[in-house]
Amino acid sequence: MPVDLEIVSPEKLLLSRPVDMVVLPAAEGELGVMVNHAPMIVLLRGGTIRLYEGANVIDRLFVSGGFAEVTPARVTVLADEATPVAQVSRAEGDRRLAAAEADYAAADKMDVAALDAAMDRMQSARAMIEAAPAG
Amino acid sequence: MPSLKALRSRIASVKSTQKITSAMKMVAASRLRRAQTQAEAARPYAQRMERMLASLAANVAGSPTAPRLLVGNGRDKVHLLVVVTADRGLAGAFNSSVGRTARSLARRLESEGKTVKLLPIGRKGRDLLRREMNDRLVGFFSFAGSKTVGFASAQEVAGKIIAMQAADEFDVCTLVFNRFASVISQVPTEVQLIPTPLPPQQETEPTQGARAVYEFEPDEETILARLLPQNLAIQVYRALLENAAGFYGAQMTAMDNATRNAGDMIKRYTQNYNRARQAAITKELIEIISGAEAV
Repeated sequence: MPVDLEIVSPEKLLLSRPVDMVVLPAAEGELGVMVNHAPMIVLLRGGTIRLYEGANVIDRLFVSGGFAEVTPARVTVLADEATPVAQVSRAEGDRRLAAAEADYAAADKMDVAALDAAMDRMQSARAMIEAAPAG
Repeated sequence: MPSLKALRSRIASVKSTQKITSAMKMVAASRLRRAQTQAEAARPYAQRMERMLASLAANVAGSPTAPRLLVGNGRDKVHLLVVVTADRGLAGAFNSSVGRTARSLARRLESEGKTVKLLPIGRKGRDLLRREMNDRLVGFFSFAGSKTVGFASAQEVAGKIIAMQAADEFDVCTLVFNRFASVISQVPTEVQLIPTPLPPQQETEPTQGARAVYEFEPDEETILARLLPQNLAIQVYRALLENAAGFYGAQMTAMDNATRNAGDMIKRYTQNYNRARQAAITKELIEIISGAEAV
């Protein structure tokens, strides 16, 4: 039995379809969700969401961060920003990485929250570069 | 009675005004449609966000380490009013009704001995508030340059609000904007942002039973720390969208009235013009006839 997957960004509903399994880039490691999963709310880091039908990946989307709500019948991803992997731009990832590194360098070394935020952005940018199609 | 020539030019001028107002009505109608679609597209995210926030906040609200964005700083002395208006006018009472609501709210708070700070978004709101309450303005945002409302704009505003709270510049933050009730009706609305008002917990409902057993990863507070700023941005975004849709709705109605009014004026002037023309003809005839009789 498939699980209903919904991916929404603040500006619109991006995707709504049943899948056999979805792999989410959760903050503490990847999380595969199938139907009848225990209800959870997870924080997402920057990374790729993979949609499975049977054993095959049918779609990949890059998210820069967000949240996911898992219930037995449904997975709702609240993405800060989501792009199909084919449209991810390496140049944009490079730009963000540079900006995040600059912020990290500029941040007060005692301000742990700011350092963490910059680290998260660096991680998300690296994931974006990684996700970008080669070439 | 004005001369025939003066009447003719009056009619011509009203006609060209009518052309402008009816064109503006058309433009407002098409932008309204776009704004409405955008507002609808933003709804699913906001709804899911609210649901998540409700289940998270219920677990954290009681604890002494609850984030300040959620519970405020415990005081109720300095109020920040974020007033959302349009950047342009020609939309009837749209902007002034928000301005009036914000001003009366500010006066009420001040009469209770509280300090009020104002943060207008949109040029018209700033102009309205500057006249009377210039010393209370603490900033200003305008997104007149962009055609549609972007989420990035909302994040910018939310960032400013969060920075102000971190600097302890206010205790309670309220958003004042025009809620889009329908094309002809926009309702000035106040929504408290900080401390976040929690949706009432209805534990009797069977669906709520499932809510209590959520697992959280990493943990409630880490997720909340990320969710709250996002929720603030979403609230601002919603206000910006409602404001945009309401503005075009109000402008459409105002321009429709103006077009109809211009039509009435043209009818009246044309009648006057025809009367004046006939009077002139009659006068000439009388002169000719009485001249002929005299012979």
